[in-house]
Amino acid sequence: MGANGPWAVGFAKLLRDRAAMVALVVLVLMVAACVAAPLYARDIAKTDPFASNLDGSIMLGGQATDIMQSSATGFGVTPIGPTWRAQYALGADDQGRDVAARLLYGGRNSLLIASGATLICLALAALTGIVAGFMGGVVDSVIARALDVLWAFPVYLLAISLSAVLISHGLQIGPVTINANSLLIPITIIGVVYVPYVARPIRGQVLSLARSDFVLAARCLGVPQWRILWRDVLPNVTTTLIVFAPLMMALNMLTEAALSFLSIGVQPPAASWGTIILDGEGLLYTRPAVAIAPGIAIMITVVALNFLGDGVREAFDPRAKLRQTGS
Amino acid sequence: MTGRRGLAALAGVVGVLAAMVACGVARAQTDANFAAHSGGVLRLVSASAGGTIDPQVNYTNEYWQLFVNVYDGLVTFNKAAGKASNEVVPDLAMAIPTPQDGGKTYVFTLRKGIKFSNGATVTPADVVASFQRLFKVNNPNAGSWYANIVGADKCLAVPATCTLAGGVIGDAQAGTVTFHLVKPNPEFLYQLAVPFAAILPAGTPPHDMGTVPVPGTGSYMITSYDPQTKLVAKRNPYFKVWSLAAQPKGYVDEIDYSFDVTDENGITAVENGHYDWEFDPAPADRLAEISTRFPRQVHIDPLLAVYYAPMNVNIPPFNNIDARLAVNYALDRKAAVNIFGGKNLAVPNCQILPPGFPGYEPYCPYTLNPGTTWSAPDMQKAMALMAKSGEAGRQVTVIADDQGVDPALGTYLASLLNKLGFKASVHVLSANIQFNYIQNTNNKVQISITQWYQDYPAASDFLNVLLSCGAIHPGSDNSINIAGYCNKGYDAKVAAAMQTAITDPAAANAQWAAVDKDATNAAVWATMFTPRQLDFVSKRVGNFTFSDQFHLLFDKVWVH
Repeated sequence: MGANGPWAVGFAKLLRDRAAMVALVVLVLMVAACVAAPLYARDIAKTDPFASNLDGSIMLGGQATDIMQSSATGFGVTPIGPTWRAQYALGADDQGRDVAARLLYGGRNSLLIASGATLICLALAALTGIVAGFMGGVVDSVIARALDVLWAFPVYLLAISLSAVLISHGLQIGPVTINANSLLIPITIIGVVYVPYVARPIRGQVLSLARSDFVLAARCLGVPQWRILWRDVLPNVTTTLIVFAPLMMALNMLTEAALSFLSIGVQPPAASWGTIILDGEGLLYTRPAVAIAPGIAIMITVVALNFLGDGVREAFDPRAKLRQTGS
Repeated sequence: MTGRRGLAALAGVVGVLAAMVACGVARAQTDANFAAHSGGVLRLVSASAGGTIDPQVNYTNEYWQLFVNVYDGLVTFNKAAGKASNEVVPDLAMAIPTPQDGGKTYVFTLRKGIKFSNGATVTPADVVASFQRLFKVNNPNAGSWYANIVGADKCLAVPATCTLAGGVIGDAQAGTVTFHLVKPNPEFLYQLAVPFAAILPAGTPPHDMGTVPVPGTGSYMITSYDPQTKLVAKRNPYFKVWSLAAQPKGYVDEIDYSFDVTDENGITAVENGHYDWEFDPAPADRLAEISTRFPRQVHIDPLLAVYYAPMNVNIPPFNNIDARLAVNYALDRKAAVNIFGGKNLAVPNCQILPPGFPGYEPYCPYTLNPGTTWSAPDMQKAMALMAKSGEAGRQVTVIADDQGVDPALGTYLASLLNKLGFKASVHVLSANIQFNYIQNTNNKVQISITQWYQDYPAASDFLNVLLSCGAIHPGSDNSINIAGYCNKGYDAKVAAAMQTAITDPAAANAQWAAVDKDATNAAVWATMFTPRQLDFVSKRVGNFTFSDQFHLLFDKVWVH
């Protein structure tokens, strides 16, 4: 045990955490299924999940069945329900599209946005937290107050405001232009709004590290600041960032779903689990599966991420270790 | 000869007596009907309030439907069902005047003794002040419909000092009001028959009254209004029936209009009898349910409206007529109808005018077998036109609003455009801004989803208002010619039809039919369908009466 470094100890502990491992397996399966979405759509469902199919039909039990079915009274047209077969396994949405295929495609976008936003959030949080905590003085005051201002906004209000503006016109930062329909818009927005949630604890940790003996010793020896940051400070905050990663990813996934449900996240015909719930909102009375299926997918993923996050925290967070030792 | 005269006189007397008896019987029946059914509270519900309750400012179906029971103009549309509701009948005026001076002068004689709900008597001064106020409050159509009144130009330039001198002249002694127009206007009476031209007390403040009720002459008066919760209208204590066609006495004692109830909850509440009628369209997933479980409470009526996708003819790719034609040939109007709720709720349409509208002649070139009706999309022709256009691969954004079926129509249209070879996406905007956004040329909107409901039954309300060069205002949010179509030859035909309408409406309608074909052939819109109105009422509602102009007439309805 003594020969192993803290990373090896942490990973070993994580591997022993059954709940975290089950969660990891669930997540891997979820990601694998979503990555295989094109194969499923092309070879199993045999459908284009982005094309409306309002006038089409499929063969069920040897009979041609309309995908959009008129009611007996002639009022209202209801999409076909779950067939539990290869085609339209979970039924169709209000455009006559295969819900199962869209669920997998939507999962790709939801997972991509959640992980992309998490990376942006952690990177920005690490940068601002470390710079503020290590530099101190005016730089710290400015960054800390800026984080306070960002923190003071209700996160959904801020995300909705940014989305409403950027979804209309896109984003231009110098020579870089992000199209209004690009997934980079929700990724950036969600990544930015949660920066204070991570940056503030990182800053606190760095403030403490900056006054620690080993950093003071390095300074006294004339070690350059960048080297102290790189060799002494960053490794110490990395575990905190790792602990935050799955938890932030879960939070980001919920935020993406909320924004997409409000039509200000992923833009149609692209899909995410949030947009599929929105598609299903108008079918709750007749085809509840359209809204419930992505809801269940979100729930499973978020619960798995939370279990994994707990496991990672238990394995890598020094305070968790201290608590265990103390008990 | 004398004997014959005597016989004729006798026949005349008998005829008059018979008419009097018949009239008396009808009146007695009406009175009996009224006694049997009057009373109670009509409970209406909507997802949101309709904004200001100033009748000279508000331009929503939601409140026009109510205003016709609260306010009167000199003339109004007949409060009747079906086609009869398109007739203009005298209201505060005793009769429809014969136009004088080649159609440029109208002299209205006011009925005597009509009172506002505050007890004041209606006078010619109120009429003059009401038309001045129409400009002072910046009525949405002051610059179009009413700009033809003499003196309107000065009122439009400086609204605060508007007098309409020489344009609207009241004569208190004779009880008349004279209108002088700059040029003849065949639609002037229609424009006087809508709630904008309501006659209000002369002392009404010259600004938007917002949530403060303005006294009117109708059967009801608004007594309270909170846009967050409720509007209440009660009987006008000074109201007496002067014309059943113009302003009958309402059956119910009170009309309560509740807000902030979603369409889904509203439908459930009407099913349970908590409300009597919902303003918002029934959600698509409830249509089968209500039509199966409550068939006697469902009413379907034709609407004079179209759902369409205007294509901007001034920017790529739809500045290319082949691209516009391709969209029209490819458009599966049955699919669009299905999105709206099925064949009982909408009719496929290829042209600008809706079925049943003056000037409408069935015409559909954009179908598998061109003729008068749409049968199926012609994808082969559409793909050939796309190849010819050279526009394949072009980025296209469809702008739709977030209400009702519009997002679904937008998604369908984007899917269709992708099938044609465009790189299309749909952009959903809040309904609060989408309609203005798609009108502004600065936004460079390529194609959008929108709809147009008639203001009054004249073909110009579609063909002139929506497609003439004069309806383009670059950079403005009020540039209603969304496609930006400007064709001098087309405008000349529109002007000729309007000129003919002054003297010969039937001949004008034939001209309008030709104009409609021209606009349809230019493919500036991809017209999808003409909707039908589904009204779902509670079990206790009786005497449902649907007007083409104002839809369900609240004053005709009774509750048990």
